[in-house]
This record gives sequence, C-alpha cells and structure tokens, in this order.
Amino acid sequence: MSINSMQEGSETNTPPLLQIKNLNTHFFTNAGVVRAVDGINLNVQKQEIFALVGESGCGKSITARSILRLIPKSGKIVSGSISLDGVNLLELEEKQMRKLRGSVISMVFQEPMSSLNPVYRIGNQIEEILLAHHKEMTKSARKDSVIEILELVGIPSPEQRIHNYPFELSGGMRQRVMIAMALVSGNPKLLIADEPTTALDVTIQAQILELIQDLVKNLGMSVILITHDLGVVAEIADRVAVMYAGSIVESALVSELFNKPLHPYTRGLIRSLPYGGKTGRKQPLYSIPGNVPNLLDLKPGCKFYDRCQYANEICLGNEPPLQEVETDHLVRCIRINDIKD
Amino acid sequence: MSALNLNSPYFAIRKLTKHFPIRKGFLKRKEGYVNAVDNISLEIEKGKTMGLVGESGCGKTTTAKMILHLEKPSSGEIIIEGNDTVDIKGEQLRKFRRNVQLIFQDPFSSLNPHRTIKQIIAEPFIIHEILKKRSDINDRLTQLLELVNLSPDCLKKYPHELSGGQRQRVGIARALALNPKILICDEPVSALDVSIRSQIINLLLDLQKRLNLTYLFISHDLSLVEHMSDQVAVMYLGKIVELLSAENFFDERLHPYTDALLSAVPMAKPGLKKNRIILSGDVPSPINPPSGCRFRTRCPIVEPICAENEPPFKKITTNHFVACHLRG
Repeated sequence: MSINSMQEGSETNTPPLLQIKNLNTHFFTNAGVVRAVDGINLNVQKQEIFALVGESGCGKSITARSILRLIPKSGKIVSGSISLDGVNLLELEEKQMRKLRGSVISMVFQEPMSSLNPVYRIGNQIEEILLAHHKEMTKSARKDSVIEILELVGIPSPEQRIHNYPFELSGGMRQRVMIAMALVSGNPKLLIADEPTTALDVTIQAQILELIQDLVKNLGMSVILITHDLGVVAEIADRVAVMYAGSIVESALVSELFNKPLHPYTRGLIRSLPYGGKTGRKQPLYSIPGNVPNLLDLKPGCKFYDRCQYANEICLGNEPPLQEVETDHLVRCIRINDIKD
Repeated sequence: MSALNLNSPYFAIRKLTKHFPIRKGFLKRKEGYVNAVDNISLEIEKGKTMGLVGESGCGKTTTAKMILHLEKPSSGEIIIEGNDTVDIKGEQLRKFRRNVQLIFQDPFSSLNPHRTIKQIIAEPFIIHEILKKRSDINDRLTQLLELVNLSPDCLKKYPHELSGGQRQRVGIARALALNPKILICDEPVSALDVSIRSQIINLLLDLQKRLNLTYLFISHDLSLVEHMSDQVAVMYLGKIVELLSAENFFDERLHPYTDALLSAVPMAKPGLKKNRIILSGDVPSPINPPSGCRFRTRCPIVEPICAENEPPFKKITTNHFVACHLRG
C-alpha cells in the first residue's frame, strides 16, 4: 500500500500524527495462532476523526490497544511500527510508554459503568490521573483542574458532582466522566474512543458525539473512533477504514466511502441498512450471507471469499493487496473492475 | 386501526398502568410510586406489527412484561382475541402463554449454557405437555429448525458453539415452538453485528408472512422500527406521546420528542443536512415526573401552557394521534 500517496492525498502537507506500518498483532492460543491484526497500515492526520469500523472480532479494538501497547497477555505485537509524531511507540521502554498513556494518548472505553471504580468518588478517580502524571501539583490545584475538566465536558455543577459515586450518575454523565479522565492530564494528541456511545440512548449518543466533535475543534487533538455503527461514522468522522478479519479492506474519506463503496463487504454493509432507501418497508433487507470466518482457520486468498457474491478462482491465490484506486481511496479487492455497476 | 376503536380488536391494550411502589424504612412503608407505565392504549391488528420506540427507562419493557403476564398491571386491560387477559389463572393462563411468546434481546444470556439446543427448543413441549412421543418431538424440531434456517446438526450443540446470529435463531425457534399468535420482540437485533442483523430481520419478516404472526416490536433503532412496523408508538416517561402509521413516520410526525429522537439517530448518509436537535439533559425521574407535559423539561418549543395541563392525546387523522399542546 502506498503510504506516500495517502499523505499527498490529504489536504495538509504536514506529516500524519500517527502512522501505523504493517502492524501484526497475533494471539498465541492452545488451538493455534490467531492473527487478530494482520498487516495493518494506516495514517491519522492531525485534528482528524478517523473511524475504524467492522464487526465484532475483526480486530479493531486490538489495533487500538496495540497503539497503547495494552494487549492481553496471550497476544503479542509481532512486527510493524507505530509512530506518533515520528516516535516509534513499539521501541519505547515500558516506563516511557507509561508516561504517554493517559497524557499524550488517551483512551475512552465502551462501558462507562464497568470502567469506573464503583467504590470511589468520581472526583478522586479523575484526580488519580493527575497524581500519576503531575506529581508536583498541590491538592487544591488538582481539585481545581478536576472541576475545570468536568466543566469542559459539560457536566453541570461540577463542584458537587466530584463527590458523587459512579452509580449516582446517568450513562451519559458517566461517559462524560470517562472523557474527562482522558483529557485531564493535559491535552492529549490522540484520543482513542472504543465504541464510546454503544451503551447509550440515541439522544444521549448525539450529545456525546457533539462533545467529541467540539473537543477536536477546540483542543486540536485527533481521534480514532472505533465503532460498528456506520451511522455514527457518517455523522462525525473525516476518514474511515473498514476492517474485516484482521485486515483493512477499504479506506477512504467518509463521503467517498458512503457514496462510492467499492469492496463487496463495504457495499454489503451499506446495502443492508434499513435506511438505505433501496428497499421498501417490510421488504427483505439485503444481507451478506454466512458468518465471519474463524480466524484460527483462514484459507489463503481473500478473507471475504466465502461470503462474496463476486468471488471467483482468482480470489483464492494470495490475499489481494490494498490498492489505491483513486486518490486516498484504497481497496483490497482484485475484482473491483468487474463488479462496478 | 385507530387506537380507540370499539370493535373487538385482535390485540389491544387499554389504559394500562403500572406503578411500582417505593418502600423505605423499617416498616417498608410506601413512600411514593415509580410511574413506569401510565395509562397507555394501543391496538394491533392480526398479522401486523406495532413498533414501540423510546429511550431506556421510558416503560417499553415494562409494557412488554405486563403483556406477557410477567408483571401485574396496576390497572387497565390487555385484550387478546376479545378477552381481557389481566386476571386469568390456571389452565387459561397456560393456554395464554402458548399464544404469546417473547424473543429476547441478548442471545448470549437468554439460552441456558448447560443445555443442548435440542433441550432448549424442546422444553416448551415438555412443559406444556403437547408432544409426548419422542418421534413427534423430533419431527417438530426439524420443522422448527427449517423455519429459522438452522442446520439439523445444531441440535446436539451447546449455545457456546454457535455464533450470535445462530443463537438468536435458536431463541426464535424456541419462541415459535408452541405455535404462538403474538410475538413480543424486545430489541431482537440490537446485540447482533450489522451483517447478521439484516438476516434476522428478514427471518422475522418472512415468519410473519408465513405464519400470520402479530408482532410488538420494541427497539430504539427508529429506522429499523420504521422498516419493520405498520404502526409506530413513541413512548416517553411511561406515556405514549405519538402514534402514527410507519409509512408516515418520517414525513408526518408532529411531536417534538419524535423529531428529536429521529434527528439524533445517526444516518449512514454523510453530508445529509438535517436539522439536528440535541436534547439537553437526561430523561427526568419517573418518580416525580414534571407537571403538565412530561417532555417539557427537554422540549425545544416549550410554552407556559405545557407546565399547567397535561396535553390530551389528540386525534389528527384516523391513525395519527399526538399528545402535544402546540403541535397538531
């Protein structure tokens, strides 16, 4: 894949904030090696919301955790490089990495209830991050910055809220607290949001998405948004990569991807949405046949072969490369010229 | 299909209310009520689908539980095939349970992990003592699996060996085991992946056509509800605020809450310029709902009258009702 051309394709000429090259994260299980992340290349520009979409088990969360080097024990980053502002994160010592986590790169998790400690007041939990990263701060300075950050993420009357326990807050408020925790120790350059709104109601989801957009605008950070909801991607992301079974199958600007999806998997996903407009009410929706392949037992060739309506013998050779078909639009399919309609 | 039709309806809810008492202190004295569902009325024709949408805590699931006899209503009627089912007992209740079944949200926690798929799907026959001969049971099992497109070798497997989509198919097969007439689908696809979701939706649509089933389809995904349903009821804090046909849902909706819900749903169409209404704050507590219109604390078009009187459920057309002082 052409990393250089991706840079040229983007509007700014500044180097990307995050550059992942040929990342392989494998899990070594008793049943065999699972290639959860299988040769991923991607760039995240400054001040950009980059969405990583895919179904469960496609490796999107492991990609994000690889950036933080926080993968479960059975997993290992086998090869590749992840550079943030020119520094290869995979070569840093654990001690240096710890300094980056939660300050330069922060993460917001999916379920705010299980990510917050139920027996500590939220003020103390946010303060804990300052204790780890800014030992020089006085107690009152810490309290002030906790209140300030809660105000920033839109929590009303933060002076009182810092004394609350997580169970006293609603789902949306808890997710705001999680975002506050990600931001409190100085402006992160990169925020990784792993399904930040999946557990929330639509009206609350809209609030949180708006907050993330505001933060990108006002704090100048970049966001990697992991989600399975194409609607969320269309709504707030700038660029998007679609993952399938550990590989990126298509990546493009959001408007490009939705208006001109090229990979059969992306096309299937978009067509199967009820608001695609192509199917009438109560009519069957398009559905991609079959299931996600077992990562322990992958056949050579295209990983989407079994479920693809355009598949043919030539798809069974090597895994198709991710080729650039148009500026900044990359697709991993060798038959796209045959399936254009 | 109007909500207050007096002809004997197939499936109707009339003035259904559920108040959960809050008990406190040593004597467990009642200290107030949670008004989970407050005086709602609905009617569904045979073979049709009623979509029920709203945020969490609005009473969707409590309504479903009352219909299923899992929760006793504080007042009101649930009429199925002309008979009120609220107070039935004994043999009548057993018969009722055969007719009304539920599809659960989470196919991971709603199947017993210690039992094979065969045991799970066959359990309703054993409980209801309908089929006793082993060969009859096996015939019916094959039939059911065919109906939900599962291969017969699933029968010997345990739930953990199946994928999410397959498990949801097992849940549907179990619900269909007793030939029910009404299916309550409580968020049947929200735990599934995008590519599996449309498979299950198509299965539900197909079953409805083939078996003439009546659905109450509960979901927070408005696009999906619009696609699946004939009529849509929008609930807010235990009340139905708008009821209209799904066909007109996007174009003719009137209630500001329906507007806000719809504008909050992320649409997979980038650049779609829509009037995004972001509601501030959370749903108020149903213990002390706001006076007058319950939505007024978050309503973008609120006027003084909204705090004084509760808006009536106004009839706009024969199948469009809305509870708002200012619209309609």
